[in-house]
Amino acid sequence: MKNDPTTTVNMSDHRIDVKSRPLCLSGKGVTKYFGFGKKITKAVDHVDFEFHEGELVSIVGESGSGKTTPSKMLLGLISVTDGDIYFQGQKRDISTRRKKREYWHGIQAIFQDPFSSFNTFNRIDTVLLDCINMRGGKHLSKEKKFEMMTEACSFVNLKFAELTNKYPFELSGGQMQRLMIARIFLLKPKILLADEPTSMIDACSRATILDMLLQLRNETGMTIIFITHDIGLAYHISDSIYIMEHGKFVESGSADEVILHPKAAYTRRLISDVPKIHEAWDLTTV
Amino acid sequence: MSKTMLEVRELTTKYITRFHEDVYAVDHVSLKIEEGKSLGIAGESGCGKSTLALSLMGYYFPPLHYTSGDIIIDGKNISGMNPDEVRRNVLGTEIAYIPQAAMNALNPTRKIRKFIEDVVLAHDPKRDKKEIYEMSKARFAELGLPVEALDKHAVELSGGMKQRVVIAISTILKPKVLIADEPSSALDVTSQKMVIKMLRDMMEKGLIRAMIFITHELPLLYNVTDDIMVMYAGQIVERGTAQEMVFDPIHPYSHGLMDSILVPEEGTRDKKLTAIPGTPPNLKRPPQGCRFAERCKYATPACFVNAQPMVEFENGRTYRCSLSVEHLREVYKSEE
Amino acid sequence: MKNTLRQVFHSPKFLVGFIIFVAVLLLAILYPLFNPGNPLQQIGLGTFAPPGTYVSLYDAVGTETSTFRLDDADAKRLASVLSDEDRVSMVNWLTAVGVDVTGLDITDTDALLEIWNANYDQSIRPEGMTNAQRNSYISLNNRLQSLGASETLTVMQPDEEGEMEEVTDIESTDYVNVGDVTNVITLPLGTDNFGRDVLKELASAIGTSLMIGLVAGCIATFIGLVLGLLSGYVGGVLDDIVMFITNIFTVIPSFVLLILINYSIGQENRGAMVVALVIGLTSWTWTTRSVRSQVISLRNRDHVNLSKLSGHSLVRIVLTDILPYIASYVVMAFILQISSAILSEAQLSLLGLGPKTTEVPTLGLMMNWAMLYSAHLGGKWWAYFPVIGVIALISFSLNLMNTGLDQVFNPTLRD
Repeated sequence: MKNDPTTTVNMSDHRIDVKSRPLCLSGKGVTKYFGFGKKITKAVDHVDFEFHEGELVSIVGESGSGKTTPSKMLLGLISVTDGDIYFQGQKRDISTRRKKREYWHGIQAIFQDPFSSFNTFNRIDTVLLDCINMRGGKHLSKEKKFEMMTEACSFVNLKFAELTNKYPFELSGGQMQRLMIARIFLLKPKILLADEPTSMIDACSRATILDMLLQLRNETGMTIIFITHDIGLAYHISDSIYIMEHGKFVESGSADEVILHPKAAYTRRLISDVPKIHEAWDLTTV
Repeated sequence: MSKTMLEVRELTTKYITRFHEDVYAVDHVSLKIEEGKSLGIAGESGCGKSTLALSLMGYYFPPLHYTSGDIIIDGKNISGMNPDEVRRNVLGTEIAYIPQAAMNALNPTRKIRKFIEDVVLAHDPKRDKKEIYEMSKARFAELGLPVEALDKHAVELSGGMKQRVVIAISTILKPKVLIADEPSSALDVTSQKMVIKMLRDMMEKGLIRAMIFITHELPLLYNVTDDIMVMYAGQIVERGTAQEMVFDPIHPYSHGLMDSILVPEEGTRDKKLTAIPGTPPNLKRPPQGCRFAERCKYATPACFVNAQPMVEFENGRTYRCSLSVEHLREVYKSEE
Repeated sequence: MKNTLRQVFHSPKFLVGFIIFVAVLLLAILYPLFNPGNPLQQIGLGTFAPPGTYVSLYDAVGTETSTFRLDDADAKRLASVLSDEDRVSMVNWLTAVGVDVTGLDITDTDALLEIWNANYDQSIRPEGMTNAQRNSYISLNNRLQSLGASETLTVMQPDEEGEMEEVTDIESTDYVNVGDVTNVITLPLGTDNFGRDVLKELASAIGTSLMIGLVAGCIATFIGLVLGLLSGYVGGVLDDIVMFITNIFTVIPSFVLLILINYSIGQENRGAMVVALVIGLTSWTWTTRSVRSQVISLRNRDHVNLSKLSGHSLVRIVLTDILPYIASYVVMAFILQISSAILSEAQLSLLGLGPKTTEVPTLGLMMNWAMLYSAHLGGKWWAYFPVIGVIALISFSLNLMNTGLDQVFNPTLRD
């Protein structure tokens, strides 16, 4: 794709006041234990959270702090040991397959590694057709489906006509990740869980992905849960931030509050240990 | 002017692929590091950073092959030596290399001090083991590492500690140049800071006399090294001091790279974020002109035809672009 | 898919293995077409006729003759009658009666015969010689005398009254063209202990053994695949149950199990396919275990999670998101299963627990027969050596193909 336009994201255009909006997803005392008896691992330990509609919220944790487990729990891919999750004001019920499918109309995900996110044996249009079918578009005419897929691809600056007969591995990592966003564009869920969507992508192409996510939020009003280890990135794009340490949220609040006035010791240490460029990076404090 | 520790002249190395297509991942790279200085290499994945690190060791194994150029460490040319000679006379004493996953290189069934014995005895088989043990103890104490770690197995140490121990092991013979390829990327920020602090200490105490530090994390590079060099598609595109490179990058690619820096600091939150479109060129068939031209928004038609040499400008900084420094600075200013 | 196939056939190892395998397979398919008939038919009455071309003596008599005078014909004829053992015993007799034989080369037939004819007298009886030995020397002498006695053989046939009537004379210089003789059979590998054409039997045995391998391999791979996929993907209690059963089967040596099952079935009920079934039913455990572990590592891949989020059913996820990823692995396991099933059959048959012996030959049965009739002790190599060779070739070619596939599918593991 030689003719990609240069993307510039101006974050100050994207700030919204979220606290006045209704809750989209919230949890009380959510817990996930693995194993049993003495070998128990507390992957998520009694966490509370409140995500508002249209909010871009980051969950920040270092590698090994257990960020994957809460994301899978929120997605309903693994069960919850204890605690309640409320989706749009109602207690989440995913006890049957049918209810699960219903829930997945409301929440979707983008994963970290675009190369493992695709089934390499399926053509690209299969991926997008699945989304149309899931949104109840099975009966639509071929032309209509083609039109929808073209629209989704043009949203992420890809040309569907060039992609139809290609396989995912023929695309670059950035293009694959954009295709994932096209998928979300077709599904239009209420919540998008983005699990480190830019960590496998080069820093200088990162803005493209972020810009698309933000546009998606502005157009559809979806909540984006952004899971990352990069505290600088989280500060830049989020409305609010949750800091995770060993399966617990040690601090949460608006981005400015958490980064500029951290209260928890862990947060303070985390921020001071990240290399800076304007402030001095104090090496004596380790 | 202080002594040149490492000098590389027009180094070219290539990968020979399965289908006999040559990939020149390091293409006519020249650089110089003076004693007591450190150089950072930045660039996106696939630009040849890690290949450069491997090539600098002088220790080639397939599919990587040496093509041409010189590597001179403290006056001694090591290019073109055979691998055995390099292993005996260069690695460990002249040059040491730490890859990203170095901590996984420790055999879990052996104690840490055994690794040190291996390294020392490989270069001097007559050394007394007790003497080596005393020496390692002293070194560990000097670097602020717990001396007890010497008698432990790798599995008993944390990730950050393992990485620091590996660095201590590989520099036990005081190599002149240390090449660290993403030594802290797999670690959490606190361990990362400890690794960096140790590397800094080693430089200050003269245990290593020059360092090349490779990472894709620019804020880290800014804090670790004196100079920064930006690589793109196997070539150097710009070099300058860390301060200059981060706050006044000249080459359009460096500019894009530095523009993507995000740090959790007050006042940076509303910064504009710009993406460089496209992907790096396929090095099996590198473009004829400037390698960045295809992705460069300031490219002129001439850029696609003529390859640009490295040009020196103020303070000994060099860059590789056909546009003038003043013009580029003006353009960047107008965009803000 | 096309690309993968091209890559597979570019792998030299796979190609060599494939060519050997196809060659063996072609032998099994084509030979019966050129030489039809029941491979178990006993054509010879004696045991172990050596490889070669056999000409009917009866038909040769009536065939038109040509005359050739060859200088060395007599010497050759003589030499062919006088075996090395005979020569040694002749020298022994001569020394026993005190004839000086120093400097005599026993391979020099003329010199030996000269000294023998000059000295032998059947009335002389050296000391310590038994009657039997004496008689054998007499008959040896008679044989030698009759050789030189006449240049002509007379063939006689009884007429209606029972009187012998001369039909024809055969001169020592008469030759017949093999092509003119009505009945000639070529047995490239001779006959076995029952007088059956070994090559014909071998071609048929290869076919049967490959069929046993294929059926057993299919059964084992199918069971292993289904159980592995289910227990790996579904997990939980199902995984526990499947792994429990698998572990039980793994712990009991499968060969012991094979022997016990085959024994209890009984000789009469063991057809080739029954044996294949039994082998298949006892060798699925390793496939199950390895498929399961592969599936477990795939189960948490993002594309499977994404497929779940798209609301796909379990069957669809397993078939489209998991199976294609392990297909190459399963193909390789399948090839190894075939190879090991063929070997298992051979082992069983060698123990006498293979398929029943009256229907079709298998490679194992041929080995079994050769062993029972001590072919290996009697130097009858043609009865067992080709069979060993074919078994080795089949298993070598299958393993070579497997290695070639491995190289293509997992290039990074090999560099």
